[in-house]
Amino acid sequence: MKFILNNREEELNGESLSVNEMLTIKKFSYKLRIIKINGELISKEMYDSTIIHEGDNVQMFYLMSGG
Amino acid sequence: MDKFVIASIFIIRTFLKMNLSEIRSHLGKYRVGIAGAGGLGSNCAVALARSGIGTIVLSDFDIIEESNLSRQYYFTDQIGMMKTVALKENIFRVNPAVSVIIHQKKLDRYNIPEVFSGCHVIVEAFDRSEMKEMLIETVNNRMADVPLIIGSGLAGWGKTGNIGCRKIDNTLYVCGDESSEVSDDTPVLAPRVGIVANMQANIVVEILMKMG
Repeated sequence: MKFILNNREEELNGESLSVNEMLTIKKFSYKLRIIKINGELISKEMYDSTIIHEGDNVQMFYLMSGG
Repeated sequence: MDKFVIASIFIIRTFLKMNLSEIRSHLGKYRVGIAGAGGLGSNCAVALARSGIGTIVLSDFDIIEESNLSRQYYFTDQIGMMKTVALKENIFRVNPAVSVIIHQKKLDRYNIPEVFSGCHVIVEAFDRSEMKEMLIETVNNRMADVPLIIGSGLAGWGKTGNIGCRKIDNTLYVCGDESSEVSDDTPVLAPRVGIVANMQANIVVEILMKMG
């Protein structure tokens, strides 16, 4: 399947995958992050049940301490 | 407003040039919220005050310590003062036309909508990432149409070219290098936090200049 991750096209195996599966495959391990899919904020508790579909627009960034 | 009116205002703003006093008088119509008055918040607030923002809403519960002066917009004779009170004083010395509303409280999911009610844009200026996350979730859930500007990744020094700004969507922007974290050997220093604070202020100005 193809989807957009931070404005770049990504291609991963399978027809769809959960947010947690995507994070594992991409080896994104840092825990404090914000994820929006098609403009909708996905809370941490929803990472297992939220599915990324073909063509979805996924935006992700890390929250680093300091300010 | 219908789409035609919004598009017309945008076109007028794009093609009708404004001079400094017209820009400042336009920015004077708006209210900006700043969550935190440390390195990001104090520097961002002063940049916005100099630009002529009408009303600045500051929220912080901390007192100024000597160590804060390495990066925050305070002075030696203000050590021991509440940050909100001292920043209001400093803003007044820069631009007395700015209305400054201060809240001396710890922000949480329940008080954020009330503290920042009426704000056209909100700047995230917390230190801890958990607080950044809480603010993003609260604004998303309860003030969904208000743009929020995050600072993430500003510790240490150098790596100037790694600092950038990214528009996530119409209501969420992130400024910083998105990777540098504070630690004992990468503390927050004035140059990088000042760059990110001023980038946040620059996005606020950009958003407000497009408003009718």
